[in-house]
Amino acid sequence: EQVPAAVLEHLERLALVDFRDAEGVQRLREAVRFAERLHEVDTEGVEPMDSVLEDRCLYLREDDVTEGNCTKELLKNAREKIEEYFVAPPGNIPLPKLEERETFEQQS
Amino acid sequence: WLPVVGLEIHAQISSNSKLFSGSQVQFAAPPNSLVSFFDASLPGTLPVLNRRCVEAAVMTGLALNCSINKKSLFDRKHYFYADLPAGYQITQKRVPIAVNGSLSYSLCIDNKMSRMVTKTVRIKQIQLEQDSGKSLHDDTRSQTLVDLNRAGVGLMEVVMEPDMCCGEEAAAAVRELQLILQTLGSSKAIMAEGQLRVDANVSVHHPGEPYGVRTEVKNINSVRFLAKAIDYEIQRQIEELENGGTILNETRAFDSKLGCTISMRDKEGKQDYRFMPEPNLPPLILYDAKSLPANRNHQQVVNIDWIRERLPDLPSVKRAKLVELYGILPEHSFTLLNEDGLAEYFENVIKHTQMKPKKVIGWVLKELLSYLKEHALAVKDSPVSSFLLADLLNLLERKEISSSAAKQVFEELWKGEGKTPLEIVKEKHLELLRDQEELEQICQAVIDRQEDEVMAIKAGNQKVLNKLIGLVQRATRGRSNPVLVKQILEKKL
Repeated sequence: EQVPAAVLEHLERLALVDFRDAEGVQRLREAVRFAERLHEVDTEGVEPMDSVLEDRCLYLREDDVTEGNCTKELLKNAREKIEEYFVAPPGNIPLPKLEERETFEQQS
Repeated sequence: WLPVVGLEIHAQISSNSKLFSGSQVQFAAPPNSLVSFFDASLPGTLPVLNRRCVEAAVMTGLALNCSINKKSLFDRKHYFYADLPAGYQITQKRVPIAVNGSLSYSLCIDNKMSRMVTKTVRIKQIQLEQDSGKSLHDDTRSQTLVDLNRAGVGLMEVVMEPDMCCGEEAAAAVRELQLILQTLGSSKAIMAEGQLRVDANVSVHHPGEPYGVRTEVKNINSVRFLAKAIDYEIQRQIEELENGGTILNETRAFDSKLGCTISMRDKEGKQDYRFMPEPNLPPLILYDAKSLPANRNHQQVVNIDWIRERLPDLPSVKRAKLVELYGILPEHSFTLLNEDGLAEYFENVIKHTQMKPKKVIGWVLKELLSYLKEHALAVKDSPVSSFLLADLLNLLERKEISSSAAKQVFEELWKGEGKTPLEIVKEKHLELLRDQEELEQICQAVIDRQEDEVMAIKAGNQKVLNKLIGLVQRATRGRSNPVLVKQILEKKL
């Protein structure tokens, strides 16, 4: 089935993933079809699992200070920094609307 | 119009290290110095839950009469922002650690301390979650500076049901929650340091009709501003609706300078947080005395009953004890607990003086507290210690000085020059006049001078006697016992 353009746009905005071309959208369709096969299984009365490790014990750590103090190392990854602060744009830069972007969907 | 107010409160957990990592929790530190690789969301790092944070949440849940969920789950809440490096916050959406509690708080009716009512607000839930980093907005250079020191600090989100109806109720509820958290030690809850952040959900409707559209009010930095912000928003909504407008379900920021709320409408539309279970954390299992596992390491087990047994006296219990033990009024107990250290100060004075508690409370709440407020000092910084005040009150109780002389001594003690009350009394000659004859002479002199007043008294106006007593006091520079003076004057007239 076709993935509606509105849904595509919504997904791109939420996940910041660009379904740049027909192949990307096709892969999305296949992923949805693959996941839909889960509906074939009768799960009536079965509690959903979060992960196969969910019956493990959640390890509790003592409240000791064991990390931190590595400002220089962390800032090595920063493209821009000012006096040991990371620099970011003033706010979230909103994605332009689908119509304004050059994508496959627009061209079709 | 019926206003409806609910609150979402984020309390920073008082712990040495963060919720899921071992970096330090501290208020003011060089930027990005208290950040671990996990906090910075570097690949290959995993969350490890801090036991102390779990205990803090259980304590708080118990203190707020909640049911503690023996099995609670962690989830991811996704959104993009520069101070959230992972792109998601680990929180508890599906099954939080505590649910269905209540908080009782008191309000003064008509602003008179003497008439208090008790109200209750339901606690919907308490959940554990991560704090985000801090963004410093630099509008002039169109950039944001990000400090991740706060990223990953443990938070308890306390959700209060919309059982409140105005700013005053919300402020009183938050104040009581603050005291409870501070008593438990689970959070220092100082709003000015961001350890307690409150968002208010406000709506209005007509009685009998369904609830109106609600707005969320953020950026409130003190309990006082909380009341203002809520009351402003209630008014704004009423005016908007009465003018035929509608209320948008939006987030509004409180501007403390202008005293109003401003729309923060996001251009990107409604947020979809795409909640999913946190795959790196199995469920959090808590135990009680009955379900305690036999063969587990103690350090790995959180026992709800063990924590319950060790809960300290909550503020409401402490107040009741103060009233019962010392015979003070309920509103006095509120004031004592409202100032950090004042109750302990009061009890220490009681311990070291013969004066009855009902009289001591007057000195602590009137003299001491008003001086502290005037000089903006905390109890612990008072130049007059509880021992000094006790000494002073002993002099008064033994009738060695008058009450007005005692006030003068207090003023002198406040200067903090290291003198004892007795030294000040001797220095300023404030001892009560013991010489009966001298006192009688002064009284006679006043009687002789004040002919009009004497006539009024002889005609039956007893109140004027107080004026004469006052004049004698002035003549003796506060060194006369008013009761004795009254006796002498009455005898002479």
